[in-house]
Amino acid sequence: MEVNENIALEHGLNKPEYKKICELLKRTPNITELGIFSAMWNEHCSYKSSRLHLKNLPTKGKKVIQGPGENAGVIDIGDDDAIVFKIESHNHPSFIEPYQGAATGVGGIMRDVFTMGARPIANLNSIHFGSPQHKKTKNLLRGVVQGIGGYGNCIGVPTIGGQTSFDESYNGNILVNAMTLGLVKKNKIFYSKAAGINKPVIYVGSKTGRDGIHGASMASAVFDEKIEEKKPTVQVGDPFTEKLLLEACLELMEGDSIISIQDMGAAGLTSSSIEMASKGKLGIELNLNKVPCRESNMTPYEIMLSESQERMLIVLENGKEKDAKKIFDKWNLDFSIIGKTTNSKKIELFYDDKKVAEIPVDTLVENSPMYDRKWKKAKLPKKNKFSKENFKNLKIGNVLTKLLSNPNICNKEWIWEQYDHTVMGDTIQKPGSDSGIVRVHGSDKAVAATVDSSAVYCFAHPLTGGKQVVCESWRNLISVGAEPIAITNCLNFGNPEKDTNMGEFVECVQGIGEASKYLNFPVVSGNVSFYNETKDKGIKPTPAIGGVGLLKNFKNMITMDFKKVDNIVLVIGKTEGSLDQSIFAREILNIKNGPPPEINLFNEKNNGETVLNLIKKKFIMSAHDISLGGIMVAIAKMCIKAKKGIKLKKTNQLINQFQYLFSEDQGRYIVEIEKDKFQEVKEILNKSSVHYDELGHILDKDIIIDDKTKLSIDDLVKSNYTWLKGYMDK
Amino acid sequence: MNSSVIIFPGSNCDRDMAVALKKFGFKNKMVWHNDAELPKSDLVVLPGGFSYGDYLRCGSMASKSKIIHSVIKFAKSGGLLLGICNGFQILTETELLPGVLLKNKYSKFICKNVFVKINNSENKYFKNIKKNILELHIAHNEGNFFCSNDQMKEINDNNQIAVHYCSQNGEIEDSFNPNGAIKNIAGLFNKEKNILGMMPHPERMIDNYLSGEDGSIFFQNLINNLK
Repeated sequence: MEVNENIALEHGLNKPEYKKICELLKRTPNITELGIFSAMWNEHCSYKSSRLHLKNLPTKGKKVIQGPGENAGVIDIGDDDAIVFKIESHNHPSFIEPYQGAATGVGGIMRDVFTMGARPIANLNSIHFGSPQHKKTKNLLRGVVQGIGGYGNCIGVPTIGGQTSFDESYNGNILVNAMTLGLVKKNKIFYSKAAGINKPVIYVGSKTGRDGIHGASMASAVFDEKIEEKKPTVQVGDPFTEKLLLEACLELMEGDSIISIQDMGAAGLTSSSIEMASKGKLGIELNLNKVPCRESNMTPYEIMLSESQERMLIVLENGKEKDAKKIFDKWNLDFSIIGKTTNSKKIELFYDDKKVAEIPVDTLVENSPMYDRKWKKAKLPKKNKFSKENFKNLKIGNVLTKLLSNPNICNKEWIWEQYDHTVMGDTIQKPGSDSGIVRVHGSDKAVAATVDSSAVYCFAHPLTGGKQVVCESWRNLISVGAEPIAITNCLNFGNPEKDTNMGEFVECVQGIGEASKYLNFPVVSGNVSFYNETKDKGIKPTPAIGGVGLLKNFKNMITMDFKKVDNIVLVIGKTEGSLDQSIFAREILNIKNGPPPEINLFNEKNNGETVLNLIKKKFIMSAHDISLGGIMVAIAKMCIKAKKGIKLKKTNQLINQFQYLFSEDQGRYIVEIEKDKFQEVKEILNKSSVHYDELGHILDKDIIIDDKTKLSIDDLVKSNYTWLKGYMDK
Repeated sequence: MNSSVIIFPGSNCDRDMAVALKKFGFKNKMVWHNDAELPKSDLVVLPGGFSYGDYLRCGSMASKSKIIHSVIKFAKSGGLLLGICNGFQILTETELLPGVLLKNKYSKFICKNVFVKINNSENKYFKNIKKNILELHIAHNEGNFFCSNDQMKEINDNNQIAVHYCSQNGEIEDSFNPNGAIKNIAGLFNKEKNILGMMPHPERMIDNYLSGEDGSIFFQNLINNLK
């Protein structure tokens, strides 16, 4: 087929990009070459709209072993142990085919982690759906949850946490972000950079089929009414093969025969081979007849662009082929020497003894387009004025019941009971906690992880929202007693070619950067997903942050359930009464404008470090960060988990109790302390200039808010647990 | 005491089981599915997971694996053979235990703590056990035990039901049945009571920081009975 501009446009390239390709090659590309350019230059692989802004994120730190640019980030957790972790989106495929889309999202991120030599020890996810009333939501949710479970459960890696939200902005574009943490010895980390010439290039894993061709391009475009036709671009996962691939790769990695290894993710064989060559400043020569294929008569174009799952590319030391093959034979996996490294700095492809493509590697990577897209700065919305009038006729009990059963607050057991969260025998904090925690097998250490996002705040003011998500992640780690170390980010946005969407991206990234820099909580890996838009309607900006922290001794971890009757409950951090953008204002008062709560990074850091210090000194019996729904929802959850109650002291602050109990000011925690330790705790808090309120004390049952309001725990449990089950099993 | 844990491609609770066995004093060996011979063992365990991807039917391909002949021989000569979760499915596929494990009633994978009541403690597994209601953990998609009326009669006649799903207080009722298993059956013996298949995972309940500690009671009791 003769390539021309129209064919290039069909491949998702634009006219100037096509022109640039012809100039770089000094000729017209053939169809295979065009396919390779389109795969490497699409948004998903090239980060052409985001690169310029991502550069500004803080990525270094004392504990950072590897920042962005590799398959995943790596941090030091002491004693020669390191944690490899990353979050990645699989949004577009999951909307088209929820089970396979979500399953292969999980498979892909786990491969990114074990490619680096780490055994995956925990999975998390952040999933976002349209309004519960939307006709597609229920099936999408069911499919995604089964897909995530179907893959992770089979591999035998526990899913220890996550986040689910519902918002009508996801009606036409759901979000599925999957995160994996792996454990590796510091001196056994593997990288994708190839080195040396004439080294064998090995293909291992599943055979290549016609599935997922142009998957990465599909994920780099907006959806239209013909979206169903894109089903063939969704990959099909086989977790069993991935389990074998995992064990085989880790077995091979015990030796010293691997020079470089790269999984075949987005854009399959194309991006993996080019990545290795580019990083090693080498060339690569592949004989496509040697690629194990599932179907007959696959063309070079199809072989290079297939996104079949569970495949890896390895550059081996010479002479190690036989031993390596033995391992893959044992695990019943394909093993084929498909090429070699060269000094040509080109990718050269052969098929039926003919050269079918020849492209200088730098034209695909360094010379890929980078855009400084137009973006619009968001104005900080004006604050609403609240008065007693707003709260007239409201009863705290009714408000709390309504919030606890709200889709975005209600208990998500229906979801996480479908995930194996206990396999590997080290899960010590399960989903539904502030962070999930797994022990570092056979040691006293444990790793905590959380995924968070706050699209409502980011939509109201991207800069503040970006900061807030990082702070929330930091708080969730501290609440379980973990020292926050680093984050990974999954940046889900609309169409970058629109200045408002691009502005949301730029300012969220700026906010993330500011907060992570201030908190010394660097970004070590991540992924950008643009074009989450259908028929001109984009999603709310949804950066998801995956945070990882360390507990030096897992026995010191903190859980959120109240522990003992009569213990004192404190609010750490000052309650200013920010109701704008709170779930109370939006859902109860129906006020949806206004700015998100302000972020004061000094207080955030000071409050967090002080809470962590109190935990280290063993003063804290239980803790929980205050987020959606304010103080009231936070204590209700602590009561529900413990099946205990609380008696609140009278508060005379702010307009009234509604403002005090439901505002969503940041940097706050609820903590439980023993009565006889109160004096010492007060001294520490005062010395650290941390504001606190004495909220009340723990009761055996019932939440007593004032003389008129007494709520039974059983009723609250019911409100919190029934919505999702009722919705899904109806 | 010597134990052996069989690893099939796709097993994923093999390590957890080995950790538990060692913790309670077994000398454990891992055995690869493609081996022909079992090492000398006082207990052989078929662990949980997705052997051979659970393709065809759960446990079906494992029941035709190379090692399984030695395992069957071992069990038929009276050796203690324990199958957990996928291991239980393999035991029914090899017909060492009667019945089948169907897809859960609500067609969902379920991972949570459940209570089980011991029905028969006249055997090596449960003799002298200090609690007759245990809190254990399940994680499966196909745990819905089913069998024919004739099989059920035989199971009852030979007192083969090992454990029933129940409430915290031991009531064996529908509302405490997580997967639709007939008669709330969570675990089953062969006639001779040397083979036990169970859906719940005792190996995930071996310390206070995990989902609970009742798995410890199970393993401690088992090794005491073998000594």
